[in-house]
Amino acid sequence: MFRTLSLQTKENIFQQILAGSAFFVVAVLFLFFLTLLLKSLSAIWSNGFNFFSGTVWDPLTGAYGAFPLLFGTLLTSVLALLLALPFALSSALFLGEFFRKGLIASALRSSVELLAGIPSVVYGFWALLVLVPLIRRIEITLGIVPFGVGVLAAALVLTIMIIPYAASLSAEVIKLVPQDIREAAYSLGATRYEVIRRVILPQARSGICAGILLALGRALGETMAVTMVIGNANKIPASLFDVGNTMASLIANELAEATDPLYVSSLVQVGLLLFLISALINLTGRYVVKKFSVES
Amino acid sequence: MMFNTLHWRRFLDKIFLGIICFFSFLSALPLILILGYLLIKGVSALNWQFFCRVPQPLGEAGGGIANALLGSLLLLVVAFALAAPLGLCLGIYLAENKKSRLADCARLAVEILQGVPSIVIGLVLYTWLVLPFRTFSALAGGAALALMMLPVSVRSAEETLRRIPPEIKEAALALGVPYYRTILRVIVPSGLSGIITGVLLSLARVAGETAPLLFTAFGNPFLSWRLDRPIESVPHLIFYYATSPYAEWHRLAWGASFVLVLGVLFLNLAAKFLTRRWRVQF
Repeated sequence: MFRTLSLQTKENIFQQILAGSAFFVVAVLFLFFLTLLLKSLSAIWSNGFNFFSGTVWDPLTGAYGAFPLLFGTLLTSVLALLLALPFALSSALFLGEFFRKGLIASALRSSVELLAGIPSVVYGFWALLVLVPLIRRIEITLGIVPFGVGVLAAALVLTIMIIPYAASLSAEVIKLVPQDIREAAYSLGATRYEVIRRVILPQARSGICAGILLALGRALGETMAVTMVIGNANKIPASLFDVGNTMASLIANELAEATDPLYVSSLVQVGLLLFLISALINLTGRYVVKKFSVES
Repeated sequence: MMFNTLHWRRFLDKIFLGIICFFSFLSALPLILILGYLLIKGVSALNWQFFCRVPQPLGEAGGGIANALLGSLLLLVVAFALAAPLGLCLGIYLAENKKSRLADCARLAVEILQGVPSIVIGLVLYTWLVLPFRTFSALAGGAALALMMLPVSVRSAEETLRRIPPEIKEAALALGVPYYRTILRVIVPSGLSGIITGVLLSLARVAGETAPLLFTAFGNPFLSWRLDRPIESVPHLIFYYATSPYAEWHRLAWGASFVLVLGVLFLNLAAKFLTRRWRVQF
């Protein structure tokens, strides 16, 4: 049938399929957002500001205060970021500045890539069976309630997961620093340490910050590894060894058993918030990275 | 004044290099630990039963993960069938229309989509494809994975097609080849390795995803081919068995983790091999 059509019609069909695919993707994302918004409207209406300030998330009494989850998400992600920072920056400098080629560099590079490819559920499983007993032993020595699982375990597994991501992004940025300003600094007699501290890091600062921001975005939305080791208790953790919960982990745990319409709607509201936060972080991060690579 | 001497500065330089190396190798340590555990615990769980049998009831020895292997394969095929044609069309459109308004919108949409947490994708697909039909289904799971793999495949298709020199296209057009044939027979084949690489990488990315499948494909302890029914997948099986208290299920989960990591690694290596082998030099 297609053969009998005239050339002009074929061209038109082809162009329309291409433009249609673009239109389709925009429509899907728009519907995506609309679904989240519409499904959470009743929760937004009935929870009000209590959603952000309330400290009790209890579906039995109809209290949907998401503050403990917001706090838990922020705490685990920021903690993971702080822990990952020295490792990620060192690996980035190692790969982007010191050893760009050679056996050691390619070994480290493949191991970073491999780490990035391991599924999050495998990280969670490993953490549950190896990391958690270790933390439990420490807790027994310290004389605290030995949960094992908790905020610390979640932050540690997130640290391991975001190191490769932050490292490879920052290494790309460091590689983009123009060679001539490096050479200028060397020719003035600067040592490698001085070049890195005074020239490369200031020059690459915005790009590295964007890489860190993108890593934070990934940590905020991470679900499986966190839900397996954080303890899933919807309360504000009293200490790093205490149990807690995050937004993504809450949805994963409770959506399947939510029956009350307001309960489902409140869970979707958490999803909407998560969507907005990660979209904002991602767009900012990508914008800065793009601007940086155009400038260099 | 001793802090400005050449000796001190060179000493500082050495110390710095030492610190960098120390932290870099320390960050490779988790990989060695995780891979070590996978090798030791995972390989010992593998045998022919592991690949050919479905899980046995608790208390009975043996059993395997055939249902999860088949399910994962089916989910990936569905995701591929949904995402690959769309990704290719969109990649061509974005590469051909650099400045149109629609292209900018689509590019932004893809960028936002890439950052959406996987659990939110699962949540939305649950309201789209599970609630109206009142059943979890392999189709819903595949659609969720397709939405996750779309950004990577679109971007790599766009970037590959953009790098093809315009002379090739002009030559084809000058010979009187219609536009659509030029794209389909000249431009796309020249960029095929890049496009396939992108699809393989995105498949590797979603092969290990659990969160979007929790409320879409759900899980199923029996062997199932049906697209309109719940289906098991390897990552979901790992999650389910890992959080159980039984040693026998942990053993299966280690084996499944080993197989999953091996599969993801294989997809990544295949993608790398393809770029090296097939890259068209201009």
